[in-house]
Amino acid sequence: MLELLSYGPTGWGDEILAGAGMTLMVAVLAYLVGLVAGSLTAAAKLAGPAPLRWLAASYTTIVRGVPALLVIWLLFFGGNGLVTWMAGLFGYGGRVELPAFGIGVLAVGTVSGAYAAEVIRGAVQAVPKGQLEAARALGMHRLLILRRILVPQALRFALPGLGNVWQMTLKDTTLVSVITLAELMRQAYMAMQSTRQPFLFYLTAALIYLAMTSLSDMGFRWAGRRAERGVRRTATA
Amino acid sequence: MPPSQAAIAAPAVQIDGLHKRFGDNEVLKGVSLSAAQGEVVALIGSSGSGKSTLLRCINLLEIPDDGRVLIQGEEIAMKKDRAGRAQPADRRQVDRIRQRCGMVFQNFNLWTHMTVLENIIEAPVHVLGQNREEAVARAESLLAKVGLSTKRDAYPSQMSGGQQQRAAIARMLAMGPQVMLFDEPTSALDPELVGEVLRVMRDLATEGATMLIVTHEMAFAREVAHKVVFLHQGRIEEQGTPEEVFGNPKSERCRQFLTREGQH
Repeated sequence: MLELLSYGPTGWGDEILAGAGMTLMVAVLAYLVGLVAGSLTAAAKLAGPAPLRWLAASYTTIVRGVPALLVIWLLFFGGNGLVTWMAGLFGYGGRVELPAFGIGVLAVGTVSGAYAAEVIRGAVQAVPKGQLEAARALGMHRLLILRRILVPQALRFALPGLGNVWQMTLKDTTLVSVITLAELMRQAYMAMQSTRQPFLFYLTAALIYLAMTSLSDMGFRWAGRRAERGVRRTATA
Repeated sequence: MPPSQAAIAAPAVQIDGLHKRFGDNEVLKGVSLSAAQGEVVALIGSSGSGKSTLLRCINLLEIPDDGRVLIQGEEIAMKKDRAGRAQPADRRQVDRIRQRCGMVFQNFNLWTHMTVLENIIEAPVHVLGQNREEAVARAESLLAKVGLSTKRDAYPSQMSGGQQQRAAIARMLAMGPQVMLFDEPTSALDPELVGEVLRVMRDLATEGATMLIVTHEMAFAREVAHKVVFLHQGRIEEQGTPEEVFGNPKSERCRQFLTREGQH
C-alpha cells in the first residue's frame, strides 16, 4: 500500500509533495499579506483619523465574524464577477477568471490580517508609555522611535500571538482547495478519489501539516526568546 | 549688545504664563519662571500642585495650552490645530530642543530591550550621528562618572533602582544637554538607594549644570538648589533662595507644606 506514496508516475508522492509546497507558498505569502494588512490596520486603529479608524474596525469585525470559507468564496466570485463585468465594459463577452493562486493568497491573507491586527494592536498598547517618552525626551523623531524602540518592544508581546496567527493561516490554506488550487489538501483528496485509500492519504496530509506547524512553532519560540532579551524571568511568570 | 552676548545673557529656561488643563482640571494656571545658565532650581509642592506637569511642558512631553517656553532664548513655536488646541508648529524644532534638554524620569524608563551601554549610545548614534566608537568611549567615561563601569553590559532588569536611575542619568548626559530636567528622580527608590542618586546629582550641580528638579527631598533641595519654587494648585505660591523659602516662608500654605514635610 505504501507504494502509493512513491515518487513518479505510479505513486502519489510527488503530487503530495508538490501540494505541500503549494500550501507552504500560499501560507507564507498570505501571512505576509496579513502582517502588512494587520500592521496598517493596527496603526489606523491606534492613531488614525476617524474614517480610517472606522474602516479598520469594520474590517476586523466583519472578517473575524465571518467563516474564512465564506471570505474565500466572496473574494473568488466577487473578484471574478468584477473582472468579468469590467471585461464586458471593454466589449469582451466571455467569463474571465482570476488565477486561483492570487485569490487564495488574498483571501487567506485577508483573514490572517484581521487577526494579526488585533494581536499587533494589543502588543503596541502593552509597551509602557515611559519607554516611548524616554525616546521622545532625547529628541528621537517618530520613525526612529518606531524602528528602534516601539517595534522591538511590541514584538515581545506580539510574537506568541503572531505564532498562533501563523498556525491558523497555515491551516486556513486548506480552504482554498475549494477554488481548485492544487495545495496539499486537494492533492490528498485527488489521490483518495483515484485510489480509494482515504485513510492513507489523509493521514499523510495530517502528518505533513503537523510537521510544518511543529517546525514553525520551534521557530517562533526561538524568535520569542531572542525578543525577550533583558526581560526578567520570575518564578511566578 | 552683539548677538553672541545676547545669547549668553538669555536664561537657560524661561517660561511665561503657562497654562495647562487636562479635561476640566486646570493643572497650571499661568506659571512664569526662569532659570539662569548654571542655576539649580528645585520645584516643590504637594502632589497635584502641577510641578511635574510644569517640568514636562518644558520639553513638550505635555503640550501647554497657552504661554511661552524659551530654551536659551529660542522660543518653541506653537500653533492652533483645527480643533483650536495648541500644537507645536515645527516637530523638528521640538526634537532639536529636546536634544538640548535632558530628562530623568521617576521610573527611570531605561529601554528594557537594550543593555546599559546600548541605552546610553542610542541617541548619540542615531540622533546626533556620532560614530559608534566615539559614542561608546563617551558612554564608558559617563558610566565611570556615575559609578557603573561594571554594569555596561547589564540589562536594566538586572540592576537595582538606584543603579537604573544612575544609568538613566548617564544616558541623559551622553547627549550633552544644556538643561537637565529631573522629574522626581528618587521617588521610586528604596530609601537606602536614594543617596547614591542624589550624590550623582550633587556632582552635576557642582559642575555648573543647569538643573530643574521636581523633588520631595527637602534636605537635598535646601543644600543644592540656588532657587526653590513652591507650587500650589497650579500657581507659584512662593519662590526664593533655600534660606528664604525654608527658613522664613512668607506664604502660609508653603509654611504648612514644609511643616508636613518636616522641614520647618
